[in-house]
Amino acid sequence: MSLKKKISMTVNGEAVSAEIDPRRHLVDFLREDLFLKGPHLGCEQGACGACTVKVNGQIIRGCLFLAVQADGSIVETIEGATKSGALEDLQNAFMRHNAMQCGFCSSGMLLAAAELIEKQPHATRAQVREWISGNYCRCTGYHSIVNAIVDVLSARANA
Amino acid sequence: MKAAQFDYVKPKTLSEALDLLVETGDDARLMAGGQTLLATLNMRLSEPSILIDITGITELKGISVQGESLRIGALVTHTEIEDSDLVAKHAPLLKLAVPHIAHRAIRNLGTWGGSLAYGDPAAEWPACSITLQATMIIRGPSGERRIGAEDFFIDLYTTSLEPDEILVATEIPIASKDQISYFNELARRHGDYAVAGIAAVAKKSGDVLRDCVFTFFSVGATPVVATKAQALIDGQELNDQLIKEAVEIARSEIEAIADLTNSAEAKQHLIGVLLERCLKDMLAQK
Repeated sequence: MSLKKKISMTVNGEAVSAEIDPRRHLVDFLREDLFLKGPHLGCEQGACGACTVKVNGQIIRGCLFLAVQADGSIVETIEGATKSGALEDLQNAFMRHNAMQCGFCSSGMLLAAAELIEKQPHATRAQVREWISGNYCRCTGYHSIVNAIVDVLSARANA
Repeated sequence: MKAAQFDYVKPKTLSEALDLLVETGDDARLMAGGQTLLATLNMRLSEPSILIDITGITELKGISVQGESLRIGALVTHTEIEDSDLVAKHAPLLKLAVPHIAHRAIRNLGTWGGSLAYGDPAAEWPACSITLQATMIIRGPSGERRIGAEDFFIDLYTTSLEPDEILVATEIPIASKDQISYFNELARRHGDYAVAGIAAVAKKSGDVLRDCVFTFFSVGATPVVATKAQALIDGQELNDQLIKEAVEIARSEIEAIADLTNSAEAKQHLIGVLLERCLKDMLAQK
């Protein structure tokens, strides 16, 4: 007996339908079935944050969310967020501050940072550090990432 | 790793979910936010044959004031608690605790009821529910029953929930105007499980605390209330000498249990550290 379920959702603004095994988590679905390679798969147990994507406007761990749970949802990955231009200043700040080396954490880091800027536009440096504590970076030592986010927070506050 | 095969069903009503639980028996697992469950499935620590996703059940959602109680639905997420004005006003302890729970991406999905029903001794909500004298509202095949938080947590990952029951909501008595709260946990990194933690409330007038509850978590199989330290503090003028005595009593009345990385002695010590910080903070609070 097949366990496959029919699902449909909006991914980066486009309607998507598929038939998938319930055990397929959202990031495998995005990467392997839709060929969206922006969300990365690091630990697959919710610790590293590399798989961060947005579902219905909120960041989530893509490895701790099943594709079948996303049925009827609006999903956004770094590809969609880049295309829309919503992260442009953040992405520029990451480049300016050299806030990446290998880039494995960057898509998750950017989406997490974007939600912080949206929810806490007056966040302090300490709050920025606390917020991104859910996203691991093994290259930068975090300072350049925090600098980039703090920069965007103050630029937006003064805009 | 990848999870083993399982089937998936998403009931729309509570009664449908309860029927499914009876039908599927031991092979089924209820899924709320899934922030613990899906990690254990990925690691194949758990291999249910079917997941019952209860997140579509409206009856389990929402935060509201009902009479003298704050009702928090089982499916309310940690983020909803973090952002709720009702919680800030009527159960400020929860507001202090929520930033300690994992990270925002996990708080966006993880739920109040899921955390309570899982009964992790290192989790924040079980301790908070005991401190705030919450009542658990549970639905089973034979109807609704209520049980106090202090009787709900039985042992390691074990609650009074029967296999055919679902936690529906909790009711928390609304905080009085003179209630003050304190929450702290000591962890290696922000968002990690606590090595030891405290969830406390008291009524304060001048330098005197009354009706205090000091609940420690991640020190035993379930959250532990420091009843002797509470009795010592209650109604006395709080000062450095009294704090010192309370710390000694708390350390001797609670028998900490070691976890994989922290010894019982370390936890015993931290119980005192946390209580001292708590009482000094409460003394300074207006």
